[in-house]
Amino acid sequence: MGWTGKILRIDLTNRTVKSEPLNKDWAQKYLGQRGLATKYLVEEVDAKVDPLGPDNKMIFATGPLTGTAASTGGRYSVITKGPLTNAIACSNSGGYWGAELKFAGWDMVILEGKASSPVYITIFDDKAEIRDGGEIWGTSVWHTDEWIKKRHQDPMIHVSGIGIAGEKQVLYSAIVNDLHRAAGRSGVGAVLGSKNVKAIAVRGTGGTKVRDGKAFLAATAAGKKVLQANGVTGAGLPTYGTQVLMNVINEAGAMPTRNSRDVQFEGAHDISAEAMATPRKTDGKPNLLTNQACFGCTIACGRISKIDETHFTIKNKPEYWKASGGLEYEAAWALGSNTGVKDLEALTYVNFICNEQGLDPISFGATVSAAMELYELGVLTKEMTGGLELNFGSAEALVKCVELTGKGEGFGKELGLGSARLTAKHGRPELSMASKGQEFPAYDGRGIQGIGLAYATSNRGGCHLRGYTISSEIFGIPEKTDPLSTVGKPGLVKAFQDATAAVDSSGLCVFTTFAWTLTDIAPQVDAAVDGGWTPEKMLEMGERIWNMERQFNNRAGFTAKDDSLPPRFLKEAAKTGPAKGLVSGLETMLPEYYALRGWTKDGVPTNETISRLGL
Amino acid sequence: MLKALVIDPAKCTGCKQCEMACSYENEMEFNVSKSRIRVFDFHEEGKMVPYTCTQCAEAWCQQACPVNAITTDMASGVKIVNENVCVGCKVCTIACPFGTINYNASTGKVIKCDLCQGSPACADACPTAAITYQDIEQTGFDKMKQWAAIAGQGEATGAKAPVAKH
Repeated sequence: MGWTGKILRIDLTNRTVKSEPLNKDWAQKYLGQRGLATKYLVEEVDAKVDPLGPDNKMIFATGPLTGTAASTGGRYSVITKGPLTNAIACSNSGGYWGAELKFAGWDMVILEGKASSPVYITIFDDKAEIRDGGEIWGTSVWHTDEWIKKRHQDPMIHVSGIGIAGEKQVLYSAIVNDLHRAAGRSGVGAVLGSKNVKAIAVRGTGGTKVRDGKAFLAATAAGKKVLQANGVTGAGLPTYGTQVLMNVINEAGAMPTRNSRDVQFEGAHDISAEAMATPRKTDGKPNLLTNQACFGCTIACGRISKIDETHFTIKNKPEYWKASGGLEYEAAWALGSNTGVKDLEALTYVNFICNEQGLDPISFGATVSAAMELYELGVLTKEMTGGLELNFGSAEALVKCVELTGKGEGFGKELGLGSARLTAKHGRPELSMASKGQEFPAYDGRGIQGIGLAYATSNRGGCHLRGYTISSEIFGIPEKTDPLSTVGKPGLVKAFQDATAAVDSSGLCVFTTFAWTLTDIAPQVDAAVDGGWTPEKMLEMGERIWNMERQFNNRAGFTAKDDSLPPRFLKEAAKTGPAKGLVSGLETMLPEYYALRGWTKDGVPTNETISRLGL
Repeated sequence: MLKALVIDPAKCTGCKQCEMACSYENEMEFNVSKSRIRVFDFHEEGKMVPYTCTQCAEAWCQQACPVNAITTDMASGVKIVNENVCVGCKVCTIACPFGTINYNASTGKVIKCDLCQGSPACADACPTAAITYQDIEQTGFDKMKQWAAIAGQGEATGAKAPVAKH
């Protein structure tokens, strides 16, 4: 009930597939998706393993609410050791693939070893097969999706896989499902590529059941009303998408611009949600066509866009004249504000390519902006870039970069290393805006102090979703805190990190937390599965998961010095806006954070904390 | 008053809550494969469209059935499959030009929308009112209204009629 109770274990080296019962004790302590898959990973994989070697494992995991009528009940996560960071990688995606895996009868799929030649995997109800992928290796995500559906004569198959970038092991390549939803960060695409797996195609004709149907329908109906009434989930997100944030964060003076040299972008309005909805001067049509939902989602924040057919990026390429996934805030920021490019159609095209070939637009955009700074300083020259003039603000350069990186060709191979390795290679490691090697997303830690601490302490490297304190610091959800102050932020960051780990383990989308707290979520989980799930039990589980991830990273070799931010955030003050004159107060916040976490001064969970959490 | 499902594709977001509500109502589980209503993703045009049986007044399925398993509920006009009579020959699935009656391998019978005894679960579940349940003789009402609004814009032609004095 809730869970299917079965996991699929695939040994790619020996080409065997095996059904296993789900470990019910672990399910009681870790619920599903992020928590449960991480438990399997830390038990089965040595933390010092080479992420791109055959001994790394990858887990595609659903939560108990995936494939149910709970609002947003469609998520799945990909858990592995990340090649970008060498830390735990835990990447969350929506679309329809996760629900389909549940309908096929599986809670999760574990990939082990490495196939001797390119393969793709089909999971049709209880029958899983490893098949020859020779015909689709070397092609894009979009082509692969179409090919598989045609080959198996089933338009209702859902595909999750990589494009050329993952095959070429671009260190921030992504896994894309349903054409434009992605498990985006930490290079999970490269891990799939390193195993010679192109895609996993799923079709399920079964259904999900829940423990107490009446209670479940009541709890989920109540949850839906809350989402509908809330200003963010009921109006802002469906109308504007995550792009609702572009103008807001810019005005807050926390918009990393030109490799974080500035905290406000003069072109923000040109690449905002409002701009996406405004009819273009060229053809009178807006960039945005409509919004779209993931499986079970009553928020529907997804964007569907169509690029102007006369725009330089696609004017001779009719294959891009169709509608596809439009700009999220993170993509618009990374590809636009951070590189200085304010051409909305160009950004949309670059975003299309990121989906088509499976690239994380955050890390890609941030790497390009680091490269642009290197170019401006003369550290990178035209000879070294293969003729690319990597000037801040150049849409042409950005476009060429994504085309090369998507295929892992030319200078794209260099960009594919990520900003940490690229800048280090040229003797300027301080110019990578990253933590643990993963590039920061669209919020500046000088303008929003709590998120700076969250970036530094995130278990998967620079990430806003591990602990989205922006909810509190900018939006007042659940309570307003001062973004410019460090006071109380360690406690705030810990609270968001723990609660989010719980949500990420349920099958629900973290965006519900603009409106829901664990008080809204626990009844839905409790009605679906056994175990007496209260908000307290979920929060404690979240803390347990956070510490388990931390222990894995410690075994992998991470120490307190890796809970850091680049010198730019610690020493170069914000130049404009509300945060003018401020640097990140990380050094004030970190010791208090360790203490609240029950860790030593070196960031190691104490024995008392470990036994309290049952680790 | 007879009612029918009205579909407004412009409002559909592809959330599949209708498919889950339908399958749960009929099968007690969330199983989109068993849903009588399906949502179609025309992704190249950016359109999502739900579709299901439109309860034909002269129904191909009813007329094709060799054992008269499909009857008309007099109160609602709904075409209903009598599972006790249905033999799973699937001739109705060939006869229906719209593809909205299909075979259920789990039961060996065909399934189609039966409007949930007058309280369609899909219309209840839809978060954006892309599916509504309205007067069967006025399903065009919302669309007419949109065009009436356009016709009603602009200056009135001619003088207003004077108010009669009594």
